[in-house]
Amino acid sequence: MSAKKTERLLNLVICLLATRRFLTVQQIRQAVPGYDGGSEEAFRRMFERDKEELRELGVPLETGTDARAHDDEVGYRIARGDYELPEVVLEPDEAAALGLAARLWQSAPLAGATGSALLKLQAAGIDVQPVSGALEPRVAASEPAFAPCLAAARDAQPVRFLYRTSYRPEPEERRVEPWGVVSWHGRWYLVGHDAVRGASRVFRLSRVVGDVVPDGPAGTVVVPEGVQLRAMVADLAGEPVRQTAVVRVRPGTCWALRAEATATLPDPAGAGWDALELGFADPERLADRVTGFGADAVVVSPPEARDAVVRRLQAAAAHEEGVPA
Amino acid sequence: MTRETAELPRLLALVPYLLARPGVPFAEAAAVFGVSVERLRKDLDLLWVCGLPGHGPGDLIDIAFEGDTITLFEPAGVTRPLRLTSDEALALVVALRALAETPGLEERDALDRALVKVEGVAGAAAEAAKRVEVAVEGEERVLPVVEQALREGRRLHLRYHVPGRDETTERDVDPLRLALVDGRPYLEAWCRRAEGVRTFRLDRVAAVEVLDLPAEPPPGLPERDLSQGLFQPSPTDELVVLALRPGAHWVADHYPAEQVDDAGDGTLVVRLRTPDTGWVCRLALRLGDSATVLAPEGLATAVRAQARRALEAYAGS
Repeated sequence: MSAKKTERLLNLVICLLATRRFLTVQQIRQAVPGYDGGSEEAFRRMFERDKEELRELGVPLETGTDARAHDDEVGYRIARGDYELPEVVLEPDEAAALGLAARLWQSAPLAGATGSALLKLQAAGIDVQPVSGALEPRVAASEPAFAPCLAAARDAQPVRFLYRTSYRPEPEERRVEPWGVVSWHGRWYLVGHDAVRGASRVFRLSRVVGDVVPDGPAGTVVVPEGVQLRAMVADLAGEPVRQTAVVRVRPGTCWALRAEATATLPDPAGAGWDALELGFADPERLADRVTGFGADAVVVSPPEARDAVVRRLQAAAAHEEGVPA
Repeated sequence: MTRETAELPRLLALVPYLLARPGVPFAEAAAVFGVSVERLRKDLDLLWVCGLPGHGPGDLIDIAFEGDTITLFEPAGVTRPLRLTSDEALALVVALRALAETPGLEERDALDRALVKVEGVAGAAAEAAKRVEVAVEGEERVLPVVEQALREGRRLHLRYHVPGRDETTERDVDPLRLALVDGRPYLEAWCRRAEGVRTFRLDRVAAVEVLDLPAEPPPGLPERDLSQGLFQPSPTDELVVLALRPGAHWVADHYPAEQVDDAGDGTLVVRLRTPDTGWVCRLALRLGDSATVLAPEGLATAVRAQARRALEAYAGS
């Protein structure tokens, strides 16, 4: 932005804030330096662009007609109450808490939005600085799909994108009415209604391939009452417990399994070993948790869980050196 | 803050900022706005010629300089900053809420109060914040003890489980900071046993105790930059190469890989570096026929040996 243009826009804001009456474009042209000179047409084009720019910055331009005006030509003003940040006072510990929260975002666009928000609060007289301290909160959003999905959820706008899954070789198109975005264990997810499947779905943003494009007008997505975004992502990550497995573990090992066990009993079959009871739904998911412990954890029952682990161990034992199986 | 804001928003904030702080030093104002002192002087030159319609001497923004300080007398009606945009409100509200909802954090009360005030100031702009959630797992058992030790500058004793080696260790550490990364709390500390900076995931701390000793980490430890993630493999770490078939492609996403190549037949070849290959061995067992260790050879041999030992345990039970 050139200094001339910045000067003109600042004078325009000052002028429209100062007026109580709606000012017509001709009155604005006379009052604001930078609009004089040039043709009427050039001025109109310039004013249209300036209005657009102010609206993008969140300046609330009000349009209307003045009751005392001779004709009903539309005029402009800025209502001070809509423009100004309301009065607020933060206690020192609240300002410190805000400074802490302000360090959370690591990436665009939210890191930038945090910076400009803090400037406004500082301009309101609040002393808040994003200083580093003993507590360091960090949330990254490096997925390229993050910014467009965030904007779509914010603007209630349907989107479509290509999505990669582990069970299909090629990415498939998804059409989604976004309900929200959720960060869970450091990964971002889009939650929404999948228009093709006709059901709610959770998408991991790192699996979105290429661009996220609008698939309908903004403001058309209706988020169902009482939808629990975080719970939907957590349900995807977790699994409902439907069965109990018994797993023998060597003494002093398998800390992670012990931490998850619903019961720990001395193992009748082996001296010093313990028998853990672990809840699970799918034998393959249980094998995910147990197989890595090798000979330190042995599934006793049920047989399908035992078989799932044994199959993986047989495959791992059979890999030839340096040659994919 | 070092980010340079666009000019008009900066100037619209600068006027009320100066109005609220008569006599603010140039350097301080420049630092807050993330610009050079030279840039700030240009901003002030511009403000100087702006003002109310008429633009006579009494209508313009009026600023006085005394030594290194700035005092703004006449704001030409720009007495308050502009309201928060919905992105600005969203960034603050979601961040405050995520931390305020983190179990065990001692700042929760202040975060809650700040959240209520920011939501009040944002008004309708805070609506969009409902569309974004950040889950941070707290830790009510260990986290308050770690915060206490940091606050009081005291040493901690930890019983800590090292998952890669499946061992429980005992050690004294001098806490440096508490980091909330990837939605989980971690303690970064000088480990007196390892004589190095170590990172401890709090849900793997089996027991913690504040010792009656001051924390004495060596002076001048460089602060690690966490923006690239918590685990920053060193180029001197061992290089591991894995071949992943479709069922194991998630591994390329999940662990910090140095390089991922598509071998073309549905196999991804992933190269990653790690100081300790114990966890890779466990991972390879778990992945069964959907992954193969291509290098180092010792690791591939270890995976096969471990798998055979485990199969013997199954055969005998």
